[in-house]
Formats: sequence, structure tokens, C-alpha cells
Amino acid sequence: MQMQCAKHANRMSILQMVLVVFGSAAAAAAAEPIAPSTGLPNIFAPESTPARSIFGLSLFVLAITGIIFIVVFTLLVYSVVKFRSTAANADREPAQVYGSTQIELAWTIIPILIVVVLFLATARVIHAVQDAPQPPNAIEVTAIGHQYWWEFRYPKLGIVTANELHIPVSDPDHPTPTFLKLLSADTDHSFWIPQLAGKTDLVPNHPNSMWMDPYRTGIFLGQCAQYCGVQHAKMLLRVSVDGREDFADWVRSQQQPAVQDASVAAGRRVFESTACINCHAVAGTNANGRFGPDLTHLMSRATIASGAAPNTPEKLRLWIQDPNKIKPGSLMPAMQLSDADLDAVVSYMETLR
Amino acid sequence: MSSNAITVPGVQIDEKPWVDTLHEWVTTVDHKRLGVLYIGYALLFLVVAGIEAIVIRIQLMYPHNDFVSPEVFNRLFTMHGTTMVFFMGMPILFGFANYLVPLMVGARDMAFPRLNAFSFWLSALGGFLLYFSLVGANGLYGAGNAPDVGWWAYAPLTARAFSPGHSTDYWTLALLVSGFGSIGTAINIIATILCMRCPGMKLNRMPLLAWLNLVMAGMVLIAVSPLTAAQMMLLIDRYLGGHFFDTQAGGSAVLWMHFFWIFGHPEVYILIIPCFAFMSEIIPVFSRKPIFGYPVMVAATVCIGFVSMSVWAHHMFTVGMNSYANSFFAITTMAVGVPTGIKIFNWLGTMWGGRIQFKVPMLFCIAFLFQFLIAGLTGIMLGSAAFASQLSLSYFVVAHFHYTLVGGVIVAVFAAIYYWYPKITGRMLSETLGKWHFWLFLIGFHLTFDLMHFPGLLGMPRRIYTYEPGRGWDTLNMLVSIGAFIQAIAILLFVANMVISYFKGDKAGNDPWDAWTLEWSISSPPPAYNFASIPVVASRRPLWDLKHPEDPDSRYE
Repeated sequence: MQMQCAKHANRMSILQMVLVVFGSAAAAAAAEPIAPSTGLPNIFAPESTPARSIFGLSLFVLAITGIIFIVVFTLLVYSVVKFRSTAANADREPAQVYGSTQIELAWTIIPILIVVVLFLATARVIHAVQDAPQPPNAIEVTAIGHQYWWEFRYPKLGIVTANELHIPVSDPDHPTPTFLKLLSADTDHSFWIPQLAGKTDLVPNHPNSMWMDPYRTGIFLGQCAQYCGVQHAKMLLRVSVDGREDFADWVRSQQQPAVQDASVAAGRRVFESTACINCHAVAGTNANGRFGPDLTHLMSRATIASGAAPNTPEKLRLWIQDPNKIKPGSLMPAMQLSDADLDAVVSYMETLR
Repeated sequence: MSSNAITVPGVQIDEKPWVDTLHEWVTTVDHKRLGVLYIGYALLFLVVAGIEAIVIRIQLMYPHNDFVSPEVFNRLFTMHGTTMVFFMGMPILFGFANYLVPLMVGARDMAFPRLNAFSFWLSALGGFLLYFSLVGANGLYGAGNAPDVGWWAYAPLTARAFSPGHSTDYWTLALLVSGFGSIGTAINIIATILCMRCPGMKLNRMPLLAWLNLVMAGMVLIAVSPLTAAQMMLLIDRYLGGHFFDTQAGGSAVLWMHFFWIFGHPEVYILIIPCFAFMSEIIPVFSRKPIFGYPVMVAATVCIGFVSMSVWAHHMFTVGMNSYANSFFAITTMAVGVPTGIKIFNWLGTMWGGRIQFKVPMLFCIAFLFQFLIAGLTGIMLGSAAFASQLSLSYFVVAHFHYTLVGGVIVAVFAAIYYWYPKITGRMLSETLGKWHFWLFLIGFHLTFDLMHFPGLLGMPRRIYTYEPGRGWDTLNMLVSIGAFIQAIAILLFVANMVISYFKGDKAGNDPWDAWTLEWSISSPPPAYNFASIPVVASRRPLWDLKHPEDPDSRYE
């Protein structure tokens, strides 16, 4: 399958060009600049083995269906042009033909053969993607879907984070794939980063798994693909593929308890004395709620509200003041804090690096 | 209430109080009037669901648009989907089956006229219940609230924890009630076809329309029952403390998916097979040739009927079935392509060597062939389970099934309306307006649904009320929306054509298309009793035999 991909690389660039033509005008007008290493979702730009196997299969299926299309379309156009009613033949009925066993057999048997070929190609990829064994050095992550955000737990590393998944890049010679166990806390969700793998649903009472082994570092974008409620649209997903050392640094920093900064004690007091701690946890403090994202290292994340807003002090303040302003239907309530308390809490949050 | 006007069959009484006319329509058990009621009711819902689609497309024209709130958007796509499948697609096809099957098999009515009326009014009540949710769904809270769980209503979103109020109950009841109506109509169609055929009309001489509706009705019986059962289980979960789908108490969300799709996939064929039936009647007439390979067409339909019962879990390739299950449903799904392909080839074979007349019904048939071909091929892609894990739940799949249901079903329904409107009303539809309708709709359709595939390939999931800018989706969504407006204009022309032609269209006469099946042997519109004397047929094309006594079909069959 790998070789097949290389062989198809040229043909692919044509399709990609078409896609780029469609997308470029829009991308140029984009409100927020996107870093060059950011992977825009595109199933035809795979950066990981499951996505690449599917990509190879998709080219094969597209080629076969393309040929079928051309053949049948040509027959249709030919019939419409050739056998139209004209002044010359208007007054008599054409020869009444009722059927032909040979022709009908032919167009039964040939499709059956095509179906067999397509099925074998498909079954091979299904097996390669779904039944791949988990190597001992694989990174294990438990992803839990919530209305409308992602919880990521690294059971072996003792890390809990949210919405932005960090995984190491996988060297093809020494692969370190990431295996995800997918759970749901409430309704159905679906984990989908088109460049890394096909989507897999997070279904309550039905644990699923998937894996990926990214070939390059960078940010890969995706979002929840299974309708999960009011804010399904803003349940965005970012995967940060880090170099080995970057990943090790990230792991070390995430394993630390929260920064204790005396200068924001007022904000911490407000946070811990209101309902915030019913839902949010900050490691090393008495905040240990589990309904909302873990905030221990909130400032290490580039976005808030599951990617709905950048993690800037202004947006954070707006979010705490009234989450509905950013994400109407979010399950986080507006806490009705006074301006002073709001500023204090935001200051406290900003120390949680 | 008694009517003192005595209606004499075939005699027009001009001065009749409108109350009497209304009373006649409401209490009718005539298959033709019920057929018209079904079709009118479905066209009404086509307009309603179309308006919902337009609002959806306005919301998606720009990223971060706030034309409607997320809550309203979620209700819109739920109502649009539910309405189009259950209250537009099924009723309009049942309407044509009701109107045409007795005429085509030479019967004076359906086998069970009262059951027929009962089924129609149940379906009507279902549609009413669905839209009554706008007024009554929040009950004592006072505000209306349409269902917002999506048309397939996956558990546990329908559990009371996630769906308080009564909107989901209205959805459940609407489908439950109209489901009983569908089952009644299916029984009626089967009984009519098996028991009411005129002398000489053996099963292998029936028009293909009757055959295909027989298969469709059989599928309704098998497919609607699990849906009805699932709706009852959902009601038990919500009100009697059951835990079938209640995941918080150990229920299974996946069980609901199986129940829903074991209905939902055959449902797609329930919608498309009657459209195949329209093709199989209209293409031969405008190609001036008999259908190519009649026995194979019947066999392929029956084959589709059986195989389509074993493909449902291709809607579930992402829910985490094991690789063997995924492989099984991949091959069954692809296998459906074989009999479907046979049908397309046989229609082409019918056109081949013919003398094709490009009247409006035939134009829609040719568009159907082209669009259904593409829909079938994207269906093969979605049947390839691993590929589908990228495509499903994205805008690609939305484009695929709209290609099937709009490019296939609705275009076929347009063909059928242009073809049989003269029989139903006695007036021809305007060819000029019809051609405007056809070309505008074609342009709008392709602008919308061709381009809709691409955002899906670029990672845009379905059912999102807004999206992030800069992902390559913006321009595409704008163009898709523009296409939707063009389609809406085409539909307005279509409505105008139906209204204007009803009053000012050319008189149709018995047989405006020089066609071959029995409905064209009687006046337009047909009298209440259909046939003054029950016809006797000797071949599949009784009117061909009549018009060509020197070379009748009966000599070759």
C-alpha cells in the first residue's frame, strides 16, 4: 500500500490543486492567520499511517468509480444524441427490442467482478487499520467526550488535560504510535482529525479505540463529527504533534502541580469559594471537580472553550463572565461575579501555566 | 350532514356548495382522491421542508454567521430531515402508488378502500403531530419547541436527561402514527396487486410500476416494524423507567442505532424503488420501445429488496464494530450496486436504438439517470468501510444522500408529475414553464450538491450550525447556498406551472403521450369507477396491442 501511494502521488496533486483552487480564496480572506505548520483538515493530505492507508484505498476506489462513470456517462450521452427523435424518423416506431440475454449477463457479471475487487481492497485496509497490534512503547491516551469539550487522560503518565491533545511524532524506523481509548461521559461524539486517521465515535457504555503515528510535527485540526447537542459545532479539536524532546518537556511540565502564586491569592479565594470548583480541578488545591476541563495548566493551552476562542486574557474574562457570549448553549453557567472578582479570577487563571 | 346533490358518475355538477366538496374529499375512500390527497399533502411538506433548508443554507453562507441560534439550527435540520423522509418522500410515493396501481392492473379501487383512507389520515395526523410540537412541545412551560435530536435521533440524546420537555415525544409519536399508516398502505398495495389484477394480467405481464411497488410495499412491512418497536421502547424509556437506550443506567446507545438503521437503510430503497418504477414506465414511452429486459428488471428489484435488508450497519462504520462486521457490511453494501447497475444499464438499453422524445418528463428521467449514477458511485465509496471512516458524518455524506434523494427521488417525482398530471387533472402542464423549471433546477442542484462534496473532504462535519473561517470551506458554502436559492426559484416555477395549467392548460385527452399501459385507455381524469368494463389484457403493453393489431406484443412474450 505504501508503494501504491508513492505511485499515485502525481495524480493526487491534480486533485489537490482542484481543492486548493476552491479553498484558496477563502483561506486568503481568513480572519485569523494560521501558522504554516498547522495542518488544515483534508483527507487527501495524510500524515499518519491509518490516514495514509485510507488515502491509498480512496485513490483506488476513485479510479474504479471514475472509470465506471466515464463508461456509463458516455453511453448515456451517446444514446441521447444518437437516438433522438428527428423529422426523418418521426412517423414510424423504432424496432421493438425486448432484451438480450448475452448483454444482460455481461453487465451482471462484470459488476460482480468489480465488487469483488473493491471488497478485497477494502477488507485489507480495514484489517490493517483496525487490527493493528499495540506495541509496548505506544503512548496511551484515554479520550473522553463531554458536551461540548474533550478530556484527555494519560494513565501511564499521570496527566489530565483538555481539548488540545499532545502526542509525540513517530519516526517510521522506531514508531511510537499513540493509541486512544475513546469513552463518552454523556452523548455520542466522534473523534476526527482527517490528516491523522478516519473518525471513530465516542459512545457511552461502548469503549472504542483508535491509533495514529504522525509523520511530522505541527498542529492538526479537527472537530467532533457526531451530533452531540446544542454546541456540537464548537467542539473543536487540536492535536499538537511534538518532537520527542518537546513532548518530554510537555509531559514534565504537565506532571507538575499547579503554580502557587501568592500575588493572586484573592483570585484563588474567589475561585475556591464559588461553584467553580464543583466542575473544575486544579491539581494541588482543593478544586477537584470533574464535570469541566482540568485547569491545572490552563495557560499551556492555545485556546479555551474547546477551541471556540483563543486563550487571551480578554477572551478568558469574557468566557468567565458569560460563556454564552462565546458559545451559546455551553453547559458552563455565567457565575455573576462582580468586576473585581472577575479580574481576580482571571489573574489567578493566568498564573496556571 | 347529508348531501342532497346526487352525483352521477361522469357528470359534472357545477354548482355544489364548497362544504359538500370538502365533505366528499375528507370522507373519500376512492383510491384516486386519496392518491391526490397524499400528493398534495406531500407537496405542502416539500415547501415547508424546503423553506427550512433555505434557512439552513442562509445560516451557513458565512463562517460565524448568526442568522439563527444554534438551538434553532438544530431544530431546523431535524425537522427538515424528518419531514422530507417521512412526510414528503413516503407520502408522495404512496400517493402515486395509490393512484396508479389500481389503474395499471385494471382494478376499480384498492383492495381495502377504508383501510386506505385510514392509512392516509394516520399519516396526515403524524405530520400534524410533528409540527404541533412548535406549539405544544414544552407543555406547561408555555413555549413551543420543535425536536432537535436529528432525524435519526441517536440515543442517549433522546433520553430525558438530554432532551427534557416534549419535543422528542412529538417526534416519536409522529413517526409511530405515520408508521402505522405506512404499514396499512403497504398491506393494501400488496393485496391489490396480488388479488385485484384484471383477467389476463399474470404477474409476469404486470407493468413494472406495479412490480416495483409490490417490492416496495413488502419492504415497508419488514422495515417499518422495527422502527415502530424502537419508538415504543423509547417511549418506555422516557416515561415508564425503561433502560433500553438509557446509557446512564446501563442501556445501549448502539442498540438504538441498529434498530434505527435496520429501518433506515431499507427506507432509502423504499423511497428509490418507486422512482425506479417511474423510470421504467416513462423512459420506454419516450424512447418508443418496450422496457429492455423486463424479467431481469423484476429480478434485480427483488434482489435489491433482499440485499438491502442486510446493509444497514454501513451507517455505523464509525461506531466501533469489529473488522469482520465492517467487512461484512462493506461487501453487502457494494453488492447492492450490482442489481442497481443492471437497472441503469437496462434503462440505457431501452433508450438504445429508440426514438427519444425530449418532453419534460423524459428530460427529468435523463437527469435522474445521470445523477443516480453519481449517487451510486459515491455510495460505493461510502460502502468501502475504511474510506467511509473519513467520509461519513461529513458534508460528503450529506452531498451523497441529497444526490440520491433530491437528484434521484425528487427529480423522479417531477418526471412522474409531468407525466401523469394530464391523467390526474385532464390538463397538460406547460412545456415552456416545465423546461424553465427543469434547467433552473438542474443548475441549482448541481451548484449545490456537486460542490457540497468538497467541504466534507476538507473535514467539515455535518450538523454544525457554524464553522471556523480559513479552512477552505467558506467559498464552497457560499456557492452551495446560492445553488439552493436557484433550486427554490425553480420550485416556485413548478408550483406556478401546476396552478396555471390546472386552469389554462391544454386539454389532455385520454392518451397524450401515446403510451401503452391501461391508465391511458380511460378518460382524463378517470371516472370514479375507473373502467366501465374490466379490461382483458394479453401482454405487458395492452395499448400497444390495441394500436398495432398487426404486430402485438403478445406474439413475443
